Amino acid sequence: MSELLWKSAKELSEALSNKEVSAVELAQAMLARADEVDPKIHAFLKRTDEIALEQAKAADERRARGETSSAFDGVPVAYKDIFCTKGVTTTMGSKILETFVPPYSATVVERCEAAGLTMLGKLNLDEFAMGSSTEWSAYGPTKNPWDLERVPGGSSGGPPALIMSGGVPWGWGTDTGGSVRQPAALCGCVGVKPTYGLVSRYGIIAFASSLDQAGPFARTVEDAAILLMLAAGHDPMDATSIPQEVPNYLDGIDAGIQGMKIGIVKEFTDTEGLQPGVKQRVDEAYTRLERLGAELVEISLPSFQYAISAYYLVAPAEASSNLARYDGVRYALRSDEGTDIVKMTSRTRDEGFGPEVKRRIMLGTYALSAGYYDAYYGKAQKTRSLIIKELDAAYEKVDLIVSPSSPDTAFKFGAKTADPLSMYLSDIFTVPVNMAGNAGISIPCGLSPDDNLPVGLQIIAKSLDEKTMFRAAHAFEQDLGFASDPGMRPQI
Amino acid sequence: MSTTASEMYETTVGLEIHVELSTNSKMFCACPVDFGGDPNTRVCPVCLGMPGSLPVPNQMAIEYTMKIAAALHCDIARFHEFHRKNYFYPDMPKNYQISQYDHPIGTKGYVEVTGDFGTKRVGINRVHLEEDTGKSTHVGGSGRIADSDHSLVDFNRAGTPLVEIVSEPDITSAEEARAFVTELRAILESLDVSDVRMEEGSMRVDANISTRLTGAPEYGAKVEVKNMNSIRSVGRALEFEEKRQRKALDDGETLVQETRHFDEKTGTTSSLRTKEFAFDYRYFPEPDMVPFEPDQAWIERVRGSLPELPASKRARFAEIYGLSDKEIQTLTTTSATAGWFEEAVAAYGGEAKKISNWILADLYGLLNESGQELSDGKIAPAQLAALVKLVDDGAISGKQAKEVITVMFETGDDPAKVVEERGLKQVSDTGAIEVFVDEVIAENPDAVEKIREGKDGTLGFLVGQVMKKSRGQANPAMVNDLLRSKIN
Repeated sequence: MSELLWKSAKELSEALSNKEVSAVELAQAMLARADEVDPKIHAFLKRTDEIALEQAKAADERRARGETSSAFDGVPVAYKDIFCTKGVTTTMGSKILETFVPPYSATVVERCEAAGLTMLGKLNLDEFAMGSSTEWSAYGPTKNPWDLERVPGGSSGGPPALIMSGGVPWGWGTDTGGSVRQPAALCGCVGVKPTYGLVSRYGIIAFASSLDQAGPFARTVEDAAILLMLAAGHDPMDATSIPQEVPNYLDGIDAGIQGMKIGIVKEFTDTEGLQPGVKQRVDEAYTRLERLGAELVEISLPSFQYAISAYYLVAPAEASSNLARYDGVRYALRSDEGTDIVKMTSRTRDEGFGPEVKRRIMLGTYALSAGYYDAYYGKAQKTRSLIIKELDAAYEKVDLIVSPSSPDTAFKFGAKTADPLSMYLSDIFTVPVNMAGNAGISIPCGLSPDDNLPVGLQIIAKSLDEKTMFRAAHAFEQDLGFASDPGMRPQI
Repeated sequence: MSTTASEMYETTVGLEIHVELSTNSKMFCACPVDFGGDPNTRVCPVCLGMPGSLPVPNQMAIEYTMKIAAALHCDIARFHEFHRKNYFYPDMPKNYQISQYDHPIGTKGYVEVTGDFGTKRVGINRVHLEEDTGKSTHVGGSGRIADSDHSLVDFNRAGTPLVEIVSEPDITSAEEARAFVTELRAILESLDVSDVRMEEGSMRVDANISTRLTGAPEYGAKVEVKNMNSIRSVGRALEFEEKRQRKALDDGETLVQETRHFDEKTGTTSSLRTKEFAFDYRYFPEPDMVPFEPDQAWIERVRGSLPELPASKRARFAEIYGLSDKEIQTLTTTSATAGWFEEAVAAYGGEAKKISNWILADLYGLLNESGQELSDGKIAPAQLAALVKLVDDGAISGKQAKEVITVMFETGDDPAKVVEERGLKQVSDTGAIEVFVDEVIAENPDAVEKIREGKDGTLGFLVGQVMKKSRGQANPAMVNDLLRSKIN
């Protein structure tokens, strides 16, 4: 069965269809792999073996009757523990939601269930998706399968770590400032931040509402595109969801990039803290794109330099409000130390939230305070408008924009926790995409010559132009051969 | 030279009215909007503020708010945006309220009010849409949160669409405030967008009142008065507060900006909190929703679909029914009452004044005793019309009719049926009445003599005697005529 572990979801779909394997066997193989690797990487916050086997059995029964819920009926999946799952604890990586069992599932989960995907479990993240390493998870960090002394990136560290350990072909994360693309880069897999509004946010516990977007992880670009298609599309339960048909991203994905114009951001070329090995692999990637027929165009996006500063006003401001509901009144943690409502709420929040979450609540509360609003939140929103404007102008000249996904490869535990700013700068290349609501993808572009760890290339597309983005990513992936090379897998 | 207190000071009042809309579903979810119900039964993940839930705005609530804005002569915004108002309160599920801040749906309107003070326009500063909170019950102690043993929270009301209407500080007395609230309630009632029941909390009034020396450039310290559960309470609370503030100033005290609680029982206000505890609500645009621009056609449609508003209705009543202001005021308190009256007048076909008299003199007394509204009662408009016709036709006397209406009020029976069952037929048979008339003339020679001398007042006595003999069933007009012709 172990040969199944590294197959793509697309290949597994074919294997299921040809009756080479059953959904139950598939689920069993993945769960057995979890028994093997999870003690080392700690990707799971909760395993849902029973649910997975039950769903797999139902998928097999459907297939035996000649019915399938989709071509991927019976293929396993796993979710970052930010997606509400009906009847299954959803913790958000926080003590404050340790006992929270949602009475509903996120739209993403419902749609994947409707497609017949079997749920292996809920995966680790930085508490409330705030962080770039999973070290802020209240339940302990996830480890990078390439080097167990290093972080997998974050906040969605669980899914790529499990995927790159052969534990599941694909999974769901969320990306508010880079939380899918950065861990994908650090673990050597594919990670997508779709256009804001493409995937419903209903049932995804909010961090920063105007930036949060669910995104798929996979080992191949095609798989990532497929998983996105299974869940994308308008949802009446989310007022920011785009009421538009989702195109088939696989149509013309093989068309190559001959004649495409690809922008390279001038302001990113000398980014402080950009590791030489990362720079080298990314520069090689640019050359490869050129060789594949793309025309490289230098573009200037001066507002990108302020993106991180603006992001760290907007995101914490929204978070400070979104997280106000965790007061101990209605669900999950309630401190018994409080003797009145004010003390109870403040004790609950003090016990339930970790240090990074508290820091961001304070930052955000401050940014929205009377007298400071215009200088902070107001100015940050203006910066955001500027980023959007500059990007719109850039797309007049180019089809796509490329950059590194992360300034460095997977770093060691503790390297950045003492210095929040250095942690925040992990998202320097990814944050502008969230601020603009555009689409972005991180794909592996080799191992760094510095430390033999994966390097990610980010490809950015204008809103709702995922199709072009996937086409370029697929062309690059096929030419590089990273995903299909068994040598390019962590030895775990 | 002396100045009376009422000339020395001037009172400034601004009102904030919250109105729960009677849409089918809540503001941001599909839960039903309904008064009552077992606690926490009309809730869902959205109105409970569960993690991951999202608000989706209710189009009907937006239309209702535009309707209110239109009826209050407001400009209707072409750009709508919701904001979050952040503060912690245990019956507010998200610990922020989705409200509107710098883009209210309606601005710059007015309400015209009339009273003993004359007619004046009270400006409307804004009309905006938000969501209601849940309800807390504090168990033990005085019923307030501070000394209670514990508190219970019911979220059935949480997320109900709530419209806030803010007046300009154009009101200068308790009387004007009362008239304003009465008129506003009548307008809202006619729009059919809310139950507007102050006792049940579907309409809630808070008042800001300040006192300053007449002509002073600055307003006095603003005092917010809460907990006024009827229009009468609004008047009482403001009268008390006006006197209190004037006396305090007379006594050389400095008034402070504060919130005061009105006590229904004592008719007094007491301090709840001073403004040192001012909240910073940290308003910011609600990121879970996108701003939207209603198209002009929608706004025009709303403006065009307004029903007849109370002011027009009153003017029409005065013109076509010839009623007094006081009668009109009462008959147009609610559109249901006005509609009931008009139906009765139409069924009757005669003088509207007669219908009005029966409603105001008789039916209202009965309704007041039972606490019902005219339209809730058992009597149908056509039945009242039939009753008045019976009196006109001389089939029953006015006195009998009063008995009949009491029965009708209890049973809802047609007047003809009641008349028959009770044997109340008025005797209009000349022969039968003549016998009684002759007897009475014979038995009362002195009275007859007086009448012949021109003392007409005595006639009534003789009529009474005849009525007595007929056990009330004789037609008094005929008795009158017969007596007169026989005596003279």
